[in-house]
Amino acid sequence: MSLFAYPFMVHAIEAGTIVAVMAAVTGWFVVLRRQTFAGHALAVMSFPGASGAALAGLPLAVGYFAACGIAATAIAAGSRTDERRNLAQESAVIGVVQVTGFALGFLFLSLYGGVLENLENLLFGSFLGITTTQVEVLAGVAVCALAFFAVAGRPLLFSSIDDLVARAGGVPVRALEVAFLLVLGLAVASTAQITGVLLVFALLVAPAAAAQQFTPSIAGGLGLSVAIGLLVTWIGLALSYYTNYSVGFYVTTLAFAAYLIARLSRRLRPA
Amino acid sequence: MAGGRTAGIDQGAARSDREVALLAVELVDVAVARDGRTVWSDATVGIERGEFVAVLGPNAAGKSTLIDLLLGLLRPSAGTVSVLGAPPGSHGNKIGYVPQRHAFDETTRIRGVDIVRLGLDGTRFGLPLPWRDRHGAKVQEAIELVDAAEYARRPIGECSGGEQQRLLIARALIGSPELLLLDEPLDSLDLPNQSSVSALVDRIRREREMTVLLVAHDVNPLLPYVDRVIYVAGGRVLAGPPEQVITNETLTALYQTPIEVLRTSDGRLVVVGLPEAPAHHTDRHAHP
Repeated sequence: MSLFAYPFMVHAIEAGTIVAVMAAVTGWFVVLRRQTFAGHALAVMSFPGASGAALAGLPLAVGYFAACGIAATAIAAGSRTDERRNLAQESAVIGVVQVTGFALGFLFLSLYGGVLENLENLLFGSFLGITTTQVEVLAGVAVCALAFFAVAGRPLLFSSIDDLVARAGGVPVRALEVAFLLVLGLAVASTAQITGVLLVFALLVAPAAAAQQFTPSIAGGLGLSVAIGLLVTWIGLALSYYTNYSVGFYVTTLAFAAYLIARLSRRLRPA
Repeated sequence: MAGGRTAGIDQGAARSDREVALLAVELVDVAVARDGRTVWSDATVGIERGEFVAVLGPNAAGKSTLIDLLLGLLRPSAGTVSVLGAPPGSHGNKIGYVPQRHAFDETTRIRGVDIVRLGLDGTRFGLPLPWRDRHGAKVQEAIELVDAAEYARRPIGECSGGEQQRLLIARALIGSPELLLLDEPLDSLDLPNQSSVSALVDRIRREREMTVLLVAHDVNPLLPYVDRVIYVAGGRVLAGPPEQVITNETLTALYQTPIEVLRTSDGRLVVVGLPEAPAHHTDRHAHP
């Protein structure tokens, strides 16, 4: 049976493609800025987001985006000292935000009183039942995120590599940092809808980390990251369709394989 | 007190307008504070254009604070600061800056050439289109100026400390600055690299007629080149030619504890009796 025979599969491929591109570009900056822990914490926010949305009777996606946005703001606000990015403090703040998110999620769940539907899908992803509206929302979010990188990518790169010099040159380092975390929140909340909360890194971190192992070029790295993300998603969806095992499993395994190959190839090749 | 009150070291007195315009940096009775605490005060310093100035002093004395002040990242709590004839913070590409930093480690997978280019367009918003790139020649020129062509296309994390420092200096130079601020560029370099980076900075400032302010722990690699020394210690700032500042009397007065300056047979200066970093002054060096 053809991959495109059912509308649900077409939607899944559309959503997967959008998410793969957005996550690969965002992830390239996440790896460069060493903010994978922030990415993880934001992914976990989908849990309070989902249970909060259930409690309030709102759509799931609204809960995802709201929770990620709030957490991104909190992390950005708490992780600076003396006008500089403080990595030690940042990870502590992220840890606190993450555990608070978990606790709130559990509280919302108790207050809701019911059973959270599709908990397994929330955690490990599903490509079934993605609606046209969902695809449209994802496309809108992706356009916003990619527009941010198109406009602010270069100053963001500068402040990621050398925040002091960027600041001295007039780059609004702090504002960019907050904006990036918000975009990261958007990307994570979108990715989580395909891969599930726990497997977000498969599309967010693995393709970008593999690409940076393959090439130190900026344009090349971003392009390769997107290519790996797309391949992993498409092959993962196809395998899942034909074998009936979870798409999250396939995408994660393929992404891990890509990273492994990147590491091995770098080791074999002289610098 | 700096300048006027320390006999003959710096003529902080009235200057004619023409002289003032010649100054790259002028501080008059300046005090700075961080987190409500005064770092240093009563600083009167004039640096002429084209001078090579070494900024010396113990850890946490406020050397980087001086750099922040000149960059306009910090406002003086008293006095006036003038950089290239204008208030700080308005200079853009006219000031090149290499901050104090820890080396890029192997996980930073960005090429040196891309980092150098950021000195030219890194502050600019908008989508960089490769076919509209007009900076290639400038980037190449800056890289060749610091003799970094050989390793500029490698990931910067795989370059040695000296190579990284040269690339960062190239980035600071790419906008053709009139004033170059280097915060401990010799730190963490071995002795041969300390000498060669010092010589490189001196050669470039002569070629480009640039003013250089270089923060250092040890004046010795810089001694052949410096025109002036700024000593920051004990809450005060003192400026003058090295042979007048690095003396028993001046440093003893500055630190308020007996200091002895020895000259070795090969001309190196050794300062003996320096107290450890004072506990009552902090800047960001204290919390790396």
